[in-house]
Amino acid sequence: MSSQDETPEKPEAESRSEFGKSTRRTFLSRLGMASLLATTGPVVTTLGQRSGKGEQVTLSESKDAIPVTLRVNGKKHDLRIDPRTTLLDCLREHLHLTGSKKGCDHGQCGACTVHINGRRVNSCLCFAAMHEGEEITTLEGIGQPENLHAVQAAFVTHDAYQCGYCTSGQIMSAVALLKEPCGPEDADVKEFMSGNICRCGAYPNIVAAVQSVRQNAKSQKTG
Amino acid sequence: MKTFALTRAKDNAQAIATAAKATTAQQGAEIRFIGGGTTLIDLMKLNVEQPKTLIDITRLPLDKIEALPDGGLTIGAVVRNSDLAFHPIVRKNYAVLSEAILSGASAQLRNMATTGGNLLQRTRCMYFRATDMPCNKREPGSGCAAITGANRSLAILGTSEHCIATNPSDMNVAMAALEAIIHVRGTKGERSIPIADFHVLPGNTPQRETVLEPGDLITYVTLPPPAPGSRCLYLKLRDRASYEFALASAAVVITVANGKITRARIAMGGVGTKPWRSTEAEGELTNQTVTQDVFQKAANAALRDAKPQSQNGFKVELAKRCLVHALKLATQTA
Repeated sequence: MSSQDETPEKPEAESRSEFGKSTRRTFLSRLGMASLLATTGPVVTTLGQRSGKGEQVTLSESKDAIPVTLRVNGKKHDLRIDPRTTLLDCLREHLHLTGSKKGCDHGQCGACTVHINGRRVNSCLCFAAMHEGEEITTLEGIGQPENLHAVQAAFVTHDAYQCGYCTSGQIMSAVALLKEPCGPEDADVKEFMSGNICRCGAYPNIVAAVQSVRQNAKSQKTG
Repeated sequence: MKTFALTRAKDNAQAIATAAKATTAQQGAEIRFIGGGTTLIDLMKLNVEQPKTLIDITRLPLDKIEALPDGGLTIGAVVRNSDLAFHPIVRKNYAVLSEAILSGASAQLRNMATTGGNLLQRTRCMYFRATDMPCNKREPGSGCAAITGANRSLAILGTSEHCIATNPSDMNVAMAALEAIIHVRGTKGERSIPIADFHVLPGNTPQRETVLEPGDLITYVTLPPPAPGSRCLYLKLRDRASYEFALASAAVVITVANGKITRARIAMGGVGTKPWRSTEAEGELTNQTVTQDVFQKAANAALRDAKPQSQNGFKVELAKRCLVHALKLATQTA
């Protein structure tokens, strides 16, 4: 990758890590290397100081930045972003909504799934600047720990995850699926959920979680 | 990703005028329309495409599906794949199109991808996507790494010594069998292009995939009225049950009267460098009786000119069986 490639993610010079200018992802990936070099201690301290203060990473502005207004989880955000910024990077790096995950970054894994105007999309294959005036919903807008969405609660009940990295994308897909013309069978759910890959293989429990929500909704309607 | 200017087209005319300044509408175009972005953004991240200007056409008034007075259908270029696949008229009259679209990609990608964009979907040949490898489609004259490399998923029909890349679209295959007409507006006005003439074979110029010229904007696609009494279906064979490109697929539109095939339209996917309409198979079917033997003759005719590579010889038999089985399913009585 050229340095130009990283422009949208480049943090400002305030980074206090011993690695100098680095994004959170490169920082964390280097953390893995650092532990091999037995310098884990100071690195963890640095990380602790950052998160302890609740400090927000401020991104330097690209010379090509354009003004963009996005509506995310019901809240309006006025931003200046490089046109190359994907919706996923915008959500995570500019708005600090890290519920949406970056897996493949090429629309193949579904970890980045969000809703635009109620429809699920891969946010890694959207340019944020193309989505002004639309209603963007992320996992943070679906439910909160004290007030879980039915799908989130079902994922807990059915143990529908192992490592959890794909889970937010799975949940965003499952929430959208509830309103889509999906057939009643497990096979139908598997087909409709096939855009969300789970490397741990929690699929049977994910299908069970989705089906339980659908059955509850159905019995509430008829009951 | 290389930097670019993002503009939003106010209307078709403005979009066309802006795009007409490009030197090509094919591989490497400096100015590109962007719809769902599911192919283009992916390729921009890989530096396979490096447009300097993107024209957002998603808000142009090309987002309608409308029934035509003659019984046909008009589909706007920015209609999303999921809206097309689930449209009641499409499900009723053009089930092959609905099935083909729903067999491709994922629910998320189908919510994004547009009709026009799917027509222009680029190959998944791994050498096209890897800028450190030779590829005549991406970089004319650099050679084809696939012919001597990993070619299991690549084409066996319509190839040349310069390119064996498969057209990956399922939608295009159904549209080929339905004889869709693609309506294009450009600097010289409007023209209507039958889908069979829209995509071009790689030949000596694999960087050219369609007849589109700079400024050409796909505005809508029309489907002719469904043939009376016809049945249709899409059968797709692949390595995974879902979310995978076809190794071989068949779109069949067939009319049977009193045990005799009166009309057949056959197209195949996963095997051709373009959506592969097989008039050869159609010729073997028309005016014949509905028998396994006739289906087999049609399949043999469809694959007669197949040129398998080192790793994809299996596709010849797979594609034949795919077509035979699709014909069987489409003609069996309930």
